[in-house]
Amino acid sequence: MTLTPRSGTPVIIASFCVALLLAILPLPDWAQMLRPQWYTLVLIYWTMALPQRVGVGVGWLLGIVVDVLSGTLLGQHALSLGLIAYITFEMHLRIRLFPLWQQSLTILVLLLLEKLLSLWVMGAVGQPTPPLSYWAPPLVGMLLWPWVYIVLRDLRRKFQVS
Amino acid sequence: MIIDHRQHHLESVRSVLSTITYPLQFVANLPIAIGYWASETFATRTRLQEENRELHRENLLLQGRQQKLAALEAENMRLRDLLDSSFKLGDRVLIAELIAVDMDPYRQLVLLNKGSNSGIYKGQPVLHANAVMGQVVHVNRFTSSVLMITDASHALPIQVNRNGLRTVAIGTGHINELELPNLPNNADIKVGDLLVTSGLGGRFPSGYPVATVTTITREPGEPFARIRAQPSAHLERAREALLVWTLTPPDQDAAAETDAAPETSGQAAVQTPAGEP
Repeated sequence: MTLTPRSGTPVIIASFCVALLLAILPLPDWAQMLRPQWYTLVLIYWTMALPQRVGVGVGWLLGIVVDVLSGTLLGQHALSLGLIAYITFEMHLRIRLFPLWQQSLTILVLLLLEKLLSLWVMGAVGQPTPPLSYWAPPLVGMLLWPWVYIVLRDLRRKFQVS
Repeated sequence: MIIDHRQHHLESVRSVLSTITYPLQFVANLPIAIGYWASETFATRTRLQEENRELHRENLLLQGRQQKLAALEAENMRLRDLLDSSFKLGDRVLIAELIAVDMDPYRQLVLLNKGSNSGIYKGQPVLHANAVMGQVVHVNRFTSSVLMITDASHALPIQVNRNGLRTVAIGTGHINELELPNLPNNADIKVGDLLVTSGLGGRFPSGYPVATVTTITREPGEPFARIRAQPSAHLERAREALLVWTLTPPDQDAAAETDAAPETSGQAAVQTPAGEP
């Protein structure tokens, strides 16, 4: 395992870029509330598929970029994405074996955790508590997970990312 | 890390990273930009002519009003000279366009397409068609993010245009609502009053319209009235913004400097409520 050649880094970076792009693409107001956490989904997938390459460090870096893009407190997303990457890393062998619907439920928990951490940070710096629709994106993310998973898996196989 | 950021030590890191992520924002903005470009390029001749005529008429009207304004300004200057009071005069403005990018949905932040390469600085006031829009919070190389006056963490020193009553307008987190929490029940304020910037706090130039009062609820048991106001700028529809530099006339620089000491103490007193939420 230690000697496996590393290939397909551009594919991983490109997938993260697309996810970030989807995260800042302007949407109408009603859809904005439902925007799933694309970058988290992609991060979870890569951590699960290639735990030896994508992990806490990448999660943290991605989080910093998200913070800069969305104008939140520097470190808010970095903290939560780092933790998500860690948990996924710990559980990747188990999650891989789950059927897709069961994976989706696990993903829901992870996405909710990310939102919860963000909420804590926002509470700690005295921003007002967001409305109930704050919790909608994880549900959308859960429904999207099978598609994200299949698309990224096919990408990984096609470009032989390992 | 978070604490470090609260003390604003990481501003330079953020600005470097923003420069790196600028391509992403640029790409995200592309569809909208192409849409506007296409609608401008393929506009019909008659529509353009109509628009041109309309702008011409508006320009005439504004110029007419400007003539009167120049006379008034001169008169005001003379009167102030008589009173020996110094004040800041003249603003330099720069027009920036909003980049169509969604940021944190629970804060009122927008991105402008001008950054430190255009001389923009942190805390600079941003106007929209002569109504206050917000202030710059992060400056990057090519972009800058603006915090709207309706963000829940924003407070703006204002006064009622009718009688000069001073207070602070605090954002509610809703894009079309401001709150005036510090006015007592018997304060002289009415529905429809125009609120303008007071210039206290030293950040915004004074005299720009901010909002009009929409509702006032006076509860006899409560010490303060609950007052809501609607911003004059169409914050949710704005596509362009004016960045303002306040200029001090050279002959009044000296006067401003001698007045600096009492001014700063006054500013500190005013800024405490402004920084509170």
